[in-house]
Amino acid sequence: MTATALPQPNFFQAKKGIASWIFTLDHKRIGLLYLFSIGTFFIVAAGLGVLMRLELLNPGRDLMDPQTYNQVFTLHGVIMIFLFIIPSIPAVFGNFALPLLLGTDDVAFPKLNLLSWWLYIIGAFFALGSLVYGEGGADTGWTFYAPYSVKTGTNVTPTVLAAFILGFSSILTGLNFIVTIHRLRTPGMGFNQMPLFVWSLYATAWIQLLATPIIGITLLMIVAERVFGIGLFDPSIGGDPILYQHLFWIYSHPAVYIMALPAMGIVSEIIPTFAQRTIFGYKAIAYSSMAIAFVGYFVWGHHMFTSGMSGPAGFIFSILTFFVAIPTAIKVFNWVATLYKGSINIQVPLLFALAFIFNFMIGGFTGLVLGSLAADVHVHDTYFVVGHFHYVMFGGAVFAFFGALHYWFPKIWGKMYHKATANVAFVLLFVGFNVTYFPMLILGLQGMPRRYYDYLPEFHGLNMVSTFGSWIMASGLIIMIVNLFISWKNGAKAPDNPWNGITLEWQTSSPPPLHNFDKMPELPEGGPYNYPDAISHQEKN
Amino acid sequence: MNASNFVEGVDFSLYMIMGISLVFLIGITVVMVYFLFRYSKKNNPVATNISHNNTLEVVWTVIPTLLVIMMFWYGWTGYKPMLTAPEDAIEINAIGQMWKWSFEYPDGKITDSLVVPIDEPVKLNLISKDVNHSLYIPAFRIKQDVVRDAGNMMWFTAQKKGTYDILCAEYCGQLHAYMLTTITVMDRSDFDKWLLTEPDLSNQHPGLTILQRNACLSCHTRDGSRLVGPSFKGVMGTSETVVINGEETEITVDRAYIIESMKNPNAAIVKGYQQGLMISYEQIISAEGMNQVVDYLETIK
Ligand code: HEM
Ligand SMILES: [Cu+2]
Ligand SMILES: [Cu+2]
Repeated sequence: MTATALPQPNFFQAKKGIASWIFTLDHKRIGLLYLFSIGTFFIVAAGLGVLMRLELLNPGRDLMDPQTYNQVFTLHGVIMIFLFIIPSIPAVFGNFALPLLLGTDDVAFPKLNLLSWWLYIIGAFFALGSLVYGEGGADTGWTFYAPYSVKTGTNVTPTVLAAFILGFSSILTGLNFIVTIHRLRTPGMGFNQMPLFVWSLYATAWIQLLATPIIGITLLMIVAERVFGIGLFDPSIGGDPILYQHLFWIYSHPAVYIMALPAMGIVSEIIPTFAQRTIFGYKAIAYSSMAIAFVGYFVWGHHMFTSGMSGPAGFIFSILTFFVAIPTAIKVFNWVATLYKGSINIQVPLLFALAFIFNFMIGGFTGLVLGSLAADVHVHDTYFVVGHFHYVMFGGAVFAFFGALHYWFPKIWGKMYHKATANVAFVLLFVGFNVTYFPMLILGLQGMPRRYYDYLPEFHGLNMVSTFGSWIMASGLIIMIVNLFISWKNGAKAPDNPWNGITLEWQTSSPPPLHNFDKMPELPEGGPYNYPDAISHQEKN
Repeated sequence: MNASNFVEGVDFSLYMIMGISLVFLIGITVVMVYFLFRYSKKNNPVATNISHNNTLEVVWTVIPTLLVIMMFWYGWTGYKPMLTAPEDAIEINAIGQMWKWSFEYPDGKITDSLVVPIDEPVKLNLISKDVNHSLYIPAFRIKQDVVRDAGNMMWFTAQKKGTYDILCAEYCGQLHAYMLTTITVMDRSDFDKWLLTEPDLSNQHPGLTILQRNACLSCHTRDGSRLVGPSFKGVMGTSETVVINGEETEITVDRAYIIESMKNPNAAIVKGYQQGLMISYEQIISAEGMNQVVDYLETIK
């Protein structure tokens, strides 16, 4: 790299026009393409969620008929899982930040990266196309359980194909990141000097690469059965519905870690930056990601404890599920310990990270209930599960996503978001989230099944509370999004390193130039978070 | 007394896990919030880099490990007895079909809701005629999927008299939320009396009895309103547009058409309705029964 007298134009200014965006090879622009496409789907699906809550405000019909409700929760689930949360953090912030964090100029295969985004868009068209013609959107739930998914007359085939195509997008992103991490680290950065977000992307990428093909095959099998009548899963033509459930969860359980691990990575970036001290237990956090990714492959059966599974199978799936809790707990302890003797700058990204820890703990503890054989028999397929997975995916992963959005906002746009408004949005989101989902946990314990258009009168009170919560949450979301848009256009100019971070992305300008670094970034001495201004502490054992 | 023999084991593992969790949740949250203020920029202007502490790492690995093994163990011991029903259990077939439960007793009695004697083990053979369902009795803390041809079963001993809800916990299509019935627990003597009293159906049209027994009415109404299938009201003699192999044809609804629809429900579909939701009744309803059904349909105008 040659030193130039003039600063290079930033990556927004480097080229102009729509084609320079949708055919861009720049990882930062691809990250933003994902941000806007994924963000749009999130808003749509969140709207559907609020609509469902509205229907559930009172027993009986409030605003739609049962078939519509079933289509709405299917679409909500499909969008949230396949179009939003699985790609979310890796595709947006992985793309934007990974090369910056590694001190390099792009991912290993920029063209493959662009292809991933296009596959994402094509998959999205399939998913939405299924709504507008024929018998209307699928009504199977996002799990497409056979034999119902084989029998129903709705447009299951295109929805399933959409998930198949999106799977490829995910595989290619994973592949790209693995190669990037192995080959493109800045000179001097060993694996143990990588920022923890990079570690989490690395663990995630292996899951994307190894688990996603299984769902691809499974989904194609559904298409074969629906279109050609080959008896695979439908017992009336000689198939086995339980086989479907196994194949589905062999992917979809590890997919939970595709959602959770990158979120944990984000939290591991945000906490040391705002505590202004090194992360506590770097290796414990890094290696526990790998442990979660590994053990996570072998626990899928916990979704099937009531399917007629044999005792020994239940025994093994249950105990392995409990083991996943251990590396997760280790991470939580290390994050909290990182606050100890920090010099904490309380800012919105940190609040989101701490809210992540709180919500994710509830998600994890309710996961223990679901992993316990006896307890699961009672709460399986009830609102307890709906509460649990929203605590993990929304209270956990999405809160981390919002945290990352505020954390890197000044880096991406060179502007600062309006801080007071962001605080208000955060409080509304956090309160609204818990008012919406905590009652669901209680409803589940009382025995209200999920995917219920209507419910018995004894469940009315808590359903009302939950619906009120969804209004608080929705107002928080709207304020947050509007605030970010306004700040993007009119926000105050942000310095290159507003948080005094020491990972490499803070060494370049905001927004970064097309090739990321005008001059070679310098690695901090003694580890990625070893703050030079902090008092150094000699380990005694 | 608990409502069933499984309440104790399930509730114990539930409350144990939730109790331990609550201690950790509150403890960690309090520490987190305390640190946030104690070590804020104002209260602690200079941070200290503490990179790790091996003793702590070991402590907070070992303690959770022991706790989760204990949680696992009570989950397993609460669950294990559910797997094998006692030899002397009363066997009842529990049949799930979109969107109706029915129960078949050893002497052939068939009912819409379940009635069992108190303090005797009862085994339900779970039979699905179509898609997956899941039989769930929240008060008894039991649930088991009802999967076609899978041969699943569940068992319990009811310990408290009363009537409790039975719900379907596995999504099974449009009216999943309405696939409800009840279980009533009574003394043995009352149960024996109940078994012997057949509901008096002599005044009821035999065709209607067949419709009720076979879940027909969960999809076809008798009052003209629309559910998953066309209403039965005044259907005989009307002309309908049906789709056969993708082609639209005009037909008249007569005896032959109705009987053919019961045997091959998906061959001709009335325009505007979905294919694939109705099962074939060829092996289930006799030829005589099918004629009685048509006789009955002729009476609802
Ligand atoms: C505004 C925010 C949201 C609201 C109000 C909301 C509400 C709901 C409700 C009420 C259900 C239960 C439907 C039922 O079982 O009858 C549901 C299901 C679901 N939600 Fe959300 N949700 C929101 C955000 C999210 C997010 C952020 C995710 C994931 C990232 C998510 C993923 C799911 C999934 C996977 C299902 C299951 C769908 C199925 O049963 O097939 N939701 N949501
Ligand atoms: Cu799972
Ligand atoms: Cu059901």
